[in-house]
Amino acid sequence: MTGVATMTKPLLEVEGVNKSFPGVRALRDMRLELRAGEVLALVGENGAGKSTLMKLLSGIHVPDSGTFRLAGQDYRPQGPREALELGISIIHQEFNLVPHLTVAQNIFIGREPRRLRMMLDEGRLNAGTRTLLERLRLPLDPRAVVGTLTVANQQMVEIAKALSYEPKVLIMDEPTAALNDAEVATLHELIRRFVRPDTGVIYISHRMEEIRRIADRVTVIRDGEYVGTREIASASTPEVISLMVGRAINTEARPENVRPGRETVLTATGLSTKALLKDVSFDLRRGEILGFAGLMGAGRTETARALVGADRLDAGTITVHGRQARIGNPADAARLGIGYLSEDRKRYGLLLEQDVQANVVLAALRDQFTTGGFVQDGAARARAKEYVDTLRIKTPSLDQTTKHLSGGNQQKVVIAKWLAKDCDILIFDEPTRGIDVGAKEEIYTLLNELAGQGKSIIMISSELPEILRMSHRVVVMSEGRVTHVLDSDEATQENIMHYATLRPDENPADAAELGLDKAGQS
Amino acid sequence: MTAVKAPAPEQQAGGGLVTAVKGRLQQLLAFASLLVIYAFFSFASPYFFSYGNFTAILFSTVVIGTLAIGTTFVIIAGGIDLSIGTGMALCAVMSGVFLTKLGLPLALGVPAAILFGGLMGLINGINVALLKIPPFIATLAMMLVAEGLALVLSDSAPIYFNNVPGYTDISTGNLIPGVEFPNAVLILLAVALMAGLLLTKSVLGRYTYSIGSNEEATALSGIDVRRWKIAIYCFAGLFIGLAGVMISARLGSAQPATGMGYELQAIAAVVIGGTSLSGGKGSIVGTLIGALIISVLNNGLQIMSIPQEWQNVILGCVILVAVYTDRIRKKEA
Repeated sequence: MTGVATMTKPLLEVEGVNKSFPGVRALRDMRLELRAGEVLALVGENGAGKSTLMKLLSGIHVPDSGTFRLAGQDYRPQGPREALELGISIIHQEFNLVPHLTVAQNIFIGREPRRLRMMLDEGRLNAGTRTLLERLRLPLDPRAVVGTLTVANQQMVEIAKALSYEPKVLIMDEPTAALNDAEVATLHELIRRFVRPDTGVIYISHRMEEIRRIADRVTVIRDGEYVGTREIASASTPEVISLMVGRAINTEARPENVRPGRETVLTATGLSTKALLKDVSFDLRRGEILGFAGLMGAGRTETARALVGADRLDAGTITVHGRQARIGNPADAARLGIGYLSEDRKRYGLLLEQDVQANVVLAALRDQFTTGGFVQDGAARARAKEYVDTLRIKTPSLDQTTKHLSGGNQQKVVIAKWLAKDCDILIFDEPTRGIDVGAKEEIYTLLNELAGQGKSIIMISSELPEILRMSHRVVVMSEGRVTHVLDSDEATQENIMHYATLRPDENPADAAELGLDKAGQS
Repeated sequence: MTAVKAPAPEQQAGGGLVTAVKGRLQQLLAFASLLVIYAFFSFASPYFFSYGNFTAILFSTVVIGTLAIGTTFVIIAGGIDLSIGTGMALCAVMSGVFLTKLGLPLALGVPAAILFGGLMGLINGINVALLKIPPFIATLAMMLVAEGLALVLSDSAPIYFNNVPGYTDISTGNLIPGVEFPNAVLILLAVALMAGLLLTKSVLGRYTYSIGSNEEATALSGIDVRRWKIAIYCFAGLFIGLAGVMISARLGSAQPATGMGYELQAIAAVVIGGTSLSGGKGSIVGTLIGALIISVLNNGLQIMSIPQEWQNVILGCVILVAVYTDRIRKKEA
């Protein structure tokens, strides 16, 4: 119980809110209470429903049922504009800034001071911005072009913009994802200055450390439902994490540990990129499903893209079948038998306007299905048919345009593409994203079959139950580093979350803990 | 997370046939409108419907058609080529240089002129694929370079092929004895057939569609997209060269300043034929129909003594209607 904050009346109340999207129940009977004068942390796994809640509060979507109340009044914004006018400002994880405009132009976009109705009054714009920035004690130049600012300063512009509406409630979605420790401290100071007896902040974050420093209470949501709220002072970090992951785990369905005698097919040593990855090392064994767990932005997809040469490595070596490999582009990776199945199938995996056959034979076309530069349609058809049968792809014909297939069948088409290319190392990035429950099971069965046939699989997933169920071993990443590699018998949701939330870069305590298995005891 | 129910497979049954028909629909529509326009002019003017005028229309389609066929590849691959018009004039000049100034024999000079077009395409391809210059800009630059070079190399004067026996026969001769059917049309049909075959049956064609459909997915499938893009532009360049030979053979001279404007007519033909400017879709048959629609319109309006200025107004409207119907069709699909 921390002083004044708890005495005051609720500022924002969410009650019994439901929201469904076609086929997905995003929020179910959601509750939340933000008190005046407090900072409320909102935590939950990826996909728990935080973004949906934000979108409802900002008026981008309308709830199916339930009520919002802001300072006792019914709150029903019809759009982002109205949400701002009614007193709720939201800073999204992705910046909504126009890089070519100045700080002042960005802050007052859509409500620029004018002269004679038609003409922009840049003088007043800059003066107004200067006053605002001084009041917020932000050392920014109103005339600076936003694109030239550092990420931290861009974040500050977002905050200035949000606060310029003089909101009652400020909502911040992962505001520190791109900030270093000093910048986080500046941000927290700004938040403390903003919080007055009649205002409040909802602070969405994964980082318990930070939440402890800034928040008064923490609300946990999971699978679109409210789980509970705790006073920060009395809640332990393991308690909050166990509230976040919550679910009962079917331990019996887990795969056995990979036998040590198995041959290593791929070794990554010290992979680093300028953007994110730092010294990423791991090995992949024959017939193994190696899970990659971590929070969004931990560097899992980046690791995969680096492995197949889609992104440039600045340091590190990759060894495939005992030989050091030079992988400069995906063509090199494909030659070495490494196939990448992107999380965004539609963008990176499929030719949506082309038919099943064209997609299946795409990668192997030149090696296997051509003579003298011409496509051997018969052979290509036969092979595509073979995969449609063995992978149980549900399609009316080989000529069906892939955009008309369901998500699960689209995924199988991409798998077929790599099998046709004779790949024995398959990297699955979120293999079941956007796939319905029944088809998920089929994909799991398929992955196990593939591993059983001696294919080696890297499986990146944000769904912990999926990671636990499928992986022989689990590589956990945080902030571009591998923080731990867990065998399947030591992998638990709590354990994985613990390593996934470490901030090894800026926090010496976390760094010291690397490799020490501490979280499992609580 | 509860999840989406996938569309039941039964709903998709028979989808193969439907897609097949839908895929051809734009071509069928284009062909039907070609017939309608043809019928309209046949009734509107007593001079339009004749064998002589029929071959005249085909003959006037050759240059635009040749350019449009090459450009079809580039556009399906998600690119654009603005350099084909002035590039054609440059290749015509090069043909003149090879045949009259350097005195090469026909069997060497003509292929050389065509290959010169391929060289231009190669440079376009390198600029687009390796230097990552947007296709619009890269080929706009090439358009200007080609326009200037054509004037420089010809001293801004036409080069006549009077001393090159057989050159004009490439266009106006009759290979089939006893039948009034110009060689130029035969050549157009032959290259159209070849291009159609390559587009649908060859690796080059398959990757052309793949790159236009989804360049990133194609690259991640282990295909060297940069190399194939260069190949596509280079291949399309050969058609610039061929068009240069065809136009100069028809006129009996290389006119260095005539190319500008042809690129837009050729792109119009491609678009009317149902090829999507966003890439991934299109056909040679469609492009040929598109080119024919333009020719029939020009010819018919001319016969009806409608002034040249109005012909362009009408052509512009036809393009809008063609692309708009394509949009509607796609929305329904």
